Amino acid sequence: MIELTHDALDPEKITAKVYRDTNGAVVTFLGTTRDNFEGKQVLTLEYEAFDEMAIKKLEEVRQEMMAEFGLEQVAISHRVGTVGIGEISLVVAIGSPHRKEAFYACHKAVDRIKEVVPIWKKEVYQDGSRWVACEDHEFSPAESHGHAH
Amino acid sequence: MELNVRLFALYRERAGANTISVAVNDGATVADLTAEVRRQLPNLAPPEVNIVVAVNADYAAPDVILKPGDDVCLIPPVSGG
Repeated sequence: MIELTHDALDPEKITAKVYRDTNGAVVTFLGTTRDNFEGKQVLTLEYEAFDEMAIKKLEEVRQEMMAEFGLEQVAISHRVGTVGIGEISLVVAIGSPHRKEAFYACHKAVDRIKEVVPIWKKEVYQDGSRWVACEDHEFSPAESHGHAH
Repeated sequence: MELNVRLFALYRERAGANTISVAVNDGATVADLTAEVRRQLPNLAPPEVNIVVAVNADYAAPDVILKPGDDVCLIPPVSGG
């Protein structure tokens, strides 16, 4: 139910992992790559992960969501390597007997992934590149302490 | 003791290396390590940015004591998704 891969993500296939006859709701989030940053054109994105820790943290997020929302089906796939514009970089699929828990768990899972999983993205421009967040945080030190948990 | 410290993303590029060797006293903590890293690589992170450390693939608080052979990694602010 956890996957870190260089291959293109297939949202239908990942979502199918959480289908159960006992579920009345499935919510799937797709994170897709944007083509701009502050007016600059982004040509492509490069994702880097600390693989073994990223997998461990993704599994922790999955377990947290199952415990907090009483769910049994949570699937998370994150892409790494070079990802073209408009492609899918993250899929979170939640299967639940009822819709409310599925929506909440999906929202929270994505927030947690962005906080705790050691994956970094670099935007590549015509004239350079930028590690997202890494450099952003240097200008807002108040936000830089939220990553140690 | 001498620790091999792995670097990722922004820190790897700033240091120009995947790993650095850092010497700390026996019984040194994560905070001692980051202080030594800042001495070795003053441009790795600005002073107001907390250098986050993972020990054996989990986040480690500043008071965690390091042991020889620990897998130590520096984690720049994450940006997955």
